[in-house]
Amino acid sequence: MTSDSRLEKILSRGDFAVTSECGPPRGADPEVIQKKGALIKDSVDAINVTDNQTSVVRMSSFSSCVILKQMGINPVLQMVTRDRNRIAIQSDILGAAALGINNILCLSGDHQKFGDHGKAKNVYDLDSIHLIQTVKQMRDEGKFLGGDDIKGKPRFFIGAAANPFADPFEFRVVRLAKKVAAGAQFIQTQCIYNLDRFKQWMQLVRDRGLHEKVHILGGVTPMKSLGMANYMKKMVPGMDVPDNLIARLKGVPKEKQADEGIKISVETIQQLREIKGVHGVHIMAIEWEEMVPGITQEAGLLPRPKVE
Amino acid sequence: MIIGKGKPIKNILAMIENCSKIIVAGCRGCVTVCSAGGEKEVGILSAALSLARETDGKPIEIKEVTLERQCDPEYLETIRSFVDEYEAVVSIACGAGVQFMAEKFRKIPMYPGIDTNFIGVTETQGVWTERCQACGDCKLHITGGICPISRCAKSLLNGPCGGSSKGKCEVNPEVDCGWQLIYDRLKELGKLDQLEIIIPINDWSTGRDGGPRKIIREDLTL
Amino acid sequence: MRLSYPPNIKIIQVPCTGKVDVLYLLKSFQRGADGVYVAGCMEGDCHYLTGNLRARKRVEFTKKILDEIGIGGERLEMYNMSAAQGPRFVEIAKEMTERIKKLGPNPIKRVASAALEYSATPEKKECVV
Repeated sequence: MTSDSRLEKILSRGDFAVTSECGPPRGADPEVIQKKGALIKDSVDAINVTDNQTSVVRMSSFSSCVILKQMGINPVLQMVTRDRNRIAIQSDILGAAALGINNILCLSGDHQKFGDHGKAKNVYDLDSIHLIQTVKQMRDEGKFLGGDDIKGKPRFFIGAAANPFADPFEFRVVRLAKKVAAGAQFIQTQCIYNLDRFKQWMQLVRDRGLHEKVHILGGVTPMKSLGMANYMKKMVPGMDVPDNLIARLKGVPKEKQADEGIKISVETIQQLREIKGVHGVHIMAIEWEEMVPGITQEAGLLPRPKVE
Repeated sequence: MIIGKGKPIKNILAMIENCSKIIVAGCRGCVTVCSAGGEKEVGILSAALSLARETDGKPIEIKEVTLERQCDPEYLETIRSFVDEYEAVVSIACGAGVQFMAEKFRKIPMYPGIDTNFIGVTETQGVWTERCQACGDCKLHITGGICPISRCAKSLLNGPCGGSSKGKCEVNPEVDCGWQLIYDRLKELGKLDQLEIIIPINDWSTGRDGGPRKIIREDLTL
Repeated sequence: MRLSYPPNIKIIQVPCTGKVDVLYLLKSFQRGADGVYVAGCMEGDCHYLTGNLRARKRVEFTKKILDEIGIGGERLEMYNMSAAQGPRFVEIAKEMTERIKKLGPNPIKRVASAALEYSATPEKKECVV
């Protein structure tokens, strides 16, 4: 074990893992994150907390993780390299470790143009692969990037993201290989709607033997409505929503579209479980966390295994 | 070359509001080529400023000059004999030129007439795009001759982010994804294996993060 | 065809409207023109292929400058007509004269003549190139 992470324990003993995420509030009220955490606590093994996703300012991922930790939840600290240089990043890694956070998801982050502070300066001192290397070096070698020794190594289970649907397609697996080589132990993917393309990607992953070196958790986001599906298809870069899915949602009355969206997610999870090399799912129910218990129940993922 | 773009005339008018006698100074270097600050633009800006001021009932005297370069001291000397007869200079050279003028002519204010945008190329007539951010440590030999620092919105060194879609950047669908360009180029060159290498954490100290930069060539100094 | 057109129009001949530069247009206003219009060949009929198209772009660019500095872009216009369209030439000359009459004199003259006490109706002046 490289950390005390519950997620790491579950994945390394071969159980199919379930993670989810909570978006922190746009305010200082801890109850928002507590409520979200309580809703999904027993349905998942770990909960990611997004780091100012889509560059919209929110409560920090770090503090939200601490709030979840206090509730007995195993949080995954998402960290983007958009807002911090290597000094702040290493400092936050030490701080998070000190407060018992033991999962980190290393990301580059959405460009600030998408958020509510489009005039901001971005940092990108490191990219996401450098961030993986940084955490690994701090943990395994006990050294800062500058070369000095760390007194009290931070122990983390290191994660990264992969988007099998972005371009160029052939490069996506190369990039995954680089992340694995850098030290990523688990991968959470972008929302999967196009299962054929995902399977194609997984084949390339297996061809390189990467599925034996890293735990891949398939991303699942339930569609609330036809409108959301259309938005995701047209407006979100790097998102692949096939036409047959749109047609399926269109085929049911408006008030039944949410149910249909849940049904699609459950079916996706069931199909993902059958794919060799997929070791878990990451359910991102965006501002719809209350649906996670139902989805996991329907997909036969409950009860979650106990960990010592 | 350095690419710039004229400031809104209203902004320049506000800078020279209290002046009645100014110089508009162009440069025959980069800004001539990118049609932002050459002799022709000096003429247009001067005509526009003087029309505006006449319309306002506050005519202004404008001396039009275009220096060979505003970033070399010997060319600045060509206006020294008369520069102090004026109340201000609106320079439409790049930011380096405006500053060098301000350094050399200390008695009168120096105002920028253009915004200096980037180091770039003329893609087609009238279209300029960025190519270089002067990071001080060129990596083009490993990225197929395409710079990830200037052409990726996040300056990522190890491949496209998840927002690369159909060859375009998530930030602007009109902008090419720099990493798609790198990928395509390395593919053409039969060097895709180069993408497997992790480009290490960058040393930004050679760029602006290291503070204002200076180069001294001992073999050339007097 | 002996057609008459308003006498306030001063014609400046150029080999092609592609020769018309932003600076020429601005200088016309600096010299006191109340309005300027560029009369180019029909689009697609340029002897030099794209001279008239480029002239139109320059006119549009100059209109923006005129708006910005308080002269007003509506004092400048680009028209396309063929050499055979005499009546059309007259029509445009009248149309532009009407437009400029409504707008009044070039603001730089208004300011200058305010000092001289604005007396008799000033002579309207337009340029056509």
